Formats: sequence, structure tokens, C-alpha cells
Amino acid sequence: MNESSALRKYILWFAYEHLDFRFQEIESIASLLNVDLTWIHKSAENPFWLVEVRSEEDVVKLTSRSVTLRYAIELWSSSSQREDFHDQLKSLPTAFTAPYFDENVSYKVKVEVFGSSQTQAEKVQRIESFSYLPLKGPVKLNNPDVSFQYIEYYGHDTVNIPCEPHHFYFGRIVSEGQRDLIKKLSLKSRKFIGNTSMDPQLSLIMANQALVKNGSLVYDPFVGSGSLLIGAAQFGGLVMGADLDYLMVHGMSRPTRKQARHKPRHEENILANMKQYGFAHRYVDVVVADFALPLWHDSFKLDAIITDPPYGVREAVERLGTAKEDKNISDRHLPTHIPCKIHYSMAQLLHDLLSFAAKHLRMGARLVTWIPVIRLEYDESQLPRHDCLRLIANSEQILSTNGSRRLLTYGKIGEPKEETRTIVEEEETYRQKYSRYIEENRKHKMEDDHKGKKFKNSTE
Amino acid sequence: MLTSKCMKGVTQGYPLGIQAREVKVTESEFNIDFVSRVIPKLDYDTLWTAADGLGYSTDLPKTLVENYESNEDFLKKIHHVLLEIEVLEGDLICPETGRKFPITSGIPNMLLNEDEVKY
Ligand SMILES: C[S@@+](CC[C@H](N)C(=O)[O-])C[C@H]1O[C@@H](n2cnc3c(N)ncnc32)[C@H](O)[C@@H]1O
Repeated sequence: MNESSALRKYILWFAYEHLDFRFQEIESIASLLNVDLTWIHKSAENPFWLVEVRSEEDVVKLTSRSVTLRYAIELWSSSSQREDFHDQLKSLPTAFTAPYFDENVSYKVKVEVFGSSQTQAEKVQRIESFSYLPLKGPVKLNNPDVSFQYIEYYGHDTVNIPCEPHHFYFGRIVSEGQRDLIKKLSLKSRKFIGNTSMDPQLSLIMANQALVKNGSLVYDPFVGSGSLLIGAAQFGGLVMGADLDYLMVHGMSRPTRKQARHKPRHEENILANMKQYGFAHRYVDVVVADFALPLWHDSFKLDAIITDPPYGVREAVERLGTAKEDKNISDRHLPTHIPCKIHYSMAQLLHDLLSFAAKHLRMGARLVTWIPVIRLEYDESQLPRHDCLRLIANSEQILSTNGSRRLLTYGKIGEPKEETRTIVEEEETYRQKYSRYIEENRKHKMEDDHKGKKFKNSTE
Repeated sequence: MLTSKCMKGVTQGYPLGIQAREVKVTESEFNIDFVSRVIPKLDYDTLWTAADGLGYSTDLPKTLVENYESNEDFLKKIHHVLLEIEVLEGDLICPETGRKFPITSGIPNMLLNEDEVKY
């Protein structure tokens, strides 16, 4: 291999979903698997990004973990001009293309028209426009030795679709991303879920952000139905969690799935899910505990913390507290017998979470967590900070016109000392913001409920 | 690694004692890499004491053996106590106050009553 081909260019074809997470996910995977990459082209809109890596192996590494990627494609030609695009393709060195044009190599050409549509006839026409390529092998639609991908990118204006594409790409498909995992881990077929279960795609993205690999010890202090542990276990994490809600972790809260209501509910808990996916050996433990109180020995060190803390949007933010007289909490048949809980303030919770991470993460390890945001008021400088944690990534998931949540990834850069500071916004600010945030969400939810009404048939 | 530090008057709360009423032993596939990777993450003394409390310490050396990565026999024993023995019903016990934290269906309940909370 000569010097010029030592650096290779690839198209990273992303799914058109969770756009703000793509870049950070790839960067995290690259840092986890030691891939050196240089971005040539990336854009907020276009799902086809170009990178340069040292070897094909590197790009395969990226797809081996990514759930935002559909394919990695070796770039053969890329241009905004049709003619130039074909010229590039025609002038590729024979040494480069020959192995794929051999008569013993079966092939197929795939066509993607992004932002427009095509009939079967148009597709055939497009494929035929490459008849100048000296492809000698047999066409094979299933499992060919090599798949070529032709892409016409028309942009995002679905109303005024341009006549000519904005961009043309051609290349050889190298590897496929892990989108299949989204189906494999679907909540629809999962044994135990709650109304706070995170969808598998985001759980897997979180595990990537957290650099989870084989044998990483991963902890979710607000584990709920354990959906984040599933994503982490998929990538080899040894998982553990805690939650205040005894009924939830014992799979005894009200079932959220209708058809499940009449089924016996045993075998509906986090361990059952782990078994369902063959991850039982990666399940360490789940504990019923209040995050506001210390639980772990100082020497307890984690490789990752991934969590979706309670922000009072869908579930109460609680901690154990004073006031009422106590009842016997271990009695599983009396769900009312749970110690009374007091409001756990958002500011306090964030403060506790960052301090916990600074103390219990090993150096370099990551905390991956969500924070709700009112879009118009968002100000990056107001995000929670800690002297021992560095904000590495920050991706937004838009939930409604005004509300979104952000996935924050922090890396541990120092050991906490006496004078270490954690900076979170004043509680008052949070309270004002989040009561409005909750209000926003409620409105949004009501609209959704309204839309979904005719499909629902309440049995309560 | 769990402690009862959350309690009023408890300073260390570690290691917690363990008492089992129901133990489940399930066979699971032995993965040598996996076990050797987990060992450095463990507090061996505590593991031994816990295994002892459950009556499974007989073949387990009291201290971590050297070069355990290449000691398959030892790794198998660790695999057994770590992954194949599960306390379904029992108690974790605070070493300072004797307070019991019940384990139900394999899940310890570390919740406290209001008057026990430290803060
Ligand atoms: C947004 S949910 C997380 C859901 C979880 N990701 C899942 O898969 O279901 C927040 C969880 O925090 C728990 N929680 C609330 N206050 C808590 C506290 N003080 N300590 C520990 N857990 C708490 C709730 O019971 C709830 O399950």
C-alpha cells in the first residue's frame, strides 16, 4: 500500500434520528477503541458525513459499537456536480478498484435517494448510469461479496424538492452499524418495563458515552426498571443499580403494559430482563436505597455511572425523610408501608450526583446523565459543574416546542479534596424553571393524550 | 461494598454481615477472563467473610492467592461464590448496631426508618 492510500476516506451514513447525539457518540467510540479520526465533512442536517481514518479496521471499529450509524462506506466519489461526480469515479486507479470488479466477485449496487423518492424504473435507470464501471462479477442481491452504494442527497425541504440533488456519493459498503440492537432490545418485547424505561437506542448511546466495555463496572443510582443497565450490559458492562422505589425494583408496581395486567407478574424484574437477553452473568446486584444517603464504602470504585435522575416530570422526586410515624417497610404485601418521603430538591440531587461521581468513579471514568432544559432559557454556563469533573459531551433531545433534555457526559479529572466545589444553580432558579418545565410537558402530554384518545380504552 | 453509613451513630458500617434464610445455587458458564477481571475490583477479605457467613468458605483461601490469573482452580472457586450463589432471602447486618437490612427476592433493602436517618 502506498502512502497516499494509507489514509482512507469513508462516508459515515447516519440514521436520521437523534441528530445531536451522532457526533458525540462517534467521538466516544473513537476514544474507547483508540481510533484516530479526522472529520472532513459533518453537518447538522446531512446524514452523510465524511471522515478520514488510518485503516479500514478503524472504521469497522466505529460501526461495531455505534447505534446512530447505519453504514460505513469507503468513499469512491463525492461531488455536488453530477458530471464531476462521474468523472471522479471513472478516474479511480485500477489498482484500487480491480479487486472488486473481478469476475469471481459477486456484487450489487444499492441506491439511496435521500429527501426524494424513486420508482423501480428510476432506480434501474440510476444503476444503469454506472454502466461504464468494468464490473465483471455476477450480480447477487443476497449476500454479495461486495455492495456498492450510490446516494443522491436532495436535502430536507420536503415541499420544494429540488430537481437535481445537492450532492452525489458513491462507495463500497464496509460495515453496518448496530441498529439491529434497537429491535433486539425493544421495550415492546421486554419482560419488565416501567413508565420511565428509556428506549434502547438512547440506552445504548448512553453506554457508548460512558465508554462501557467488557468487564466495566456500571452503576445506575436511579435504576427504576433497569433500562439503562440493559444498554450497558449489551456492551459487556457488569451492572448494578439502586432505587428508592421498593415496588418498582421488585416488579410489583402497577403494570404499564395493558396485556400484561392479567398475566402472573413473577419473573418481572431487572434480573428477568437480563436473563431474557442472556446477560444474567453481567448482573451484579440491585439494591433498594435512597440516593440522598451514603451507601457505599469509600473504596468502591466504578468504571461508569449512567443514570436518568428523577426530575419530577414523570415520577416524584423523593428521599427518605422525617415527619410521619414509620411503618414496617419490609412487608412486601403492604405497599403503603413505605417510609414517608420528603421532596428531594433538584439542586441537592445534582449536587449529590456530581459529588458521588467525583468520589466513586475511577480516574478518567465517566458520568452520563440527563438534565431537563427550557429551550429558550438554556445557557451552557449554567450547567452543573464540579472541580473534579470535566464536561465532555452535551447533546440535546428535543421533547416539545419549548422543552428538551440534554445528555451530559462528564469525565473524572481529579480526586476530590476537602475544598472541592460543586456548582449547581440556586434552588430557586431550578424550582421556577422546572415547575414551568413540568407544566410544558404536561401540556404536551395532554395534547398527545388527546390525539391518542380514540385508541385508548381505559379499564381503570 | 455496601455499608450502613447512612445510619445515625454509625461511622464505618462496613463490612456488613450476612445471614441467609434461602440460598439459590445456579450453575453458570465459567468465563475465565471475566473472573480474573473482576477480582481486582473486589475487597477479597469481605468476599471471604461473606462466603464464610453463608458456609461456602471451606475451599476458599483466606487471602487472595498470588498470580491468580493463571490459577484456574482458584478462579473457578471465585466464580462459584461470586456468580453461582445468590442469597434470595436473608439479612445484611450492620456491624455497629446490629440493625438488619432484609434481603427479599435477592434484593437488599437499605431503606431506613425516619428516626434512624443520620442527616
Ligand atoms: C427517571 S426514573 C429512572 C428510570 C430508569 N432509567 C428506568 O429504566 O426505569 C427515576 C427513578 O429514580 C427513583 N428515585 C426517586 N427518588 C430517589 C432517591 N431519593 N433515591 C433513589 N432513587 C430515587 C424513582 O423511583 C425512579 O425509578
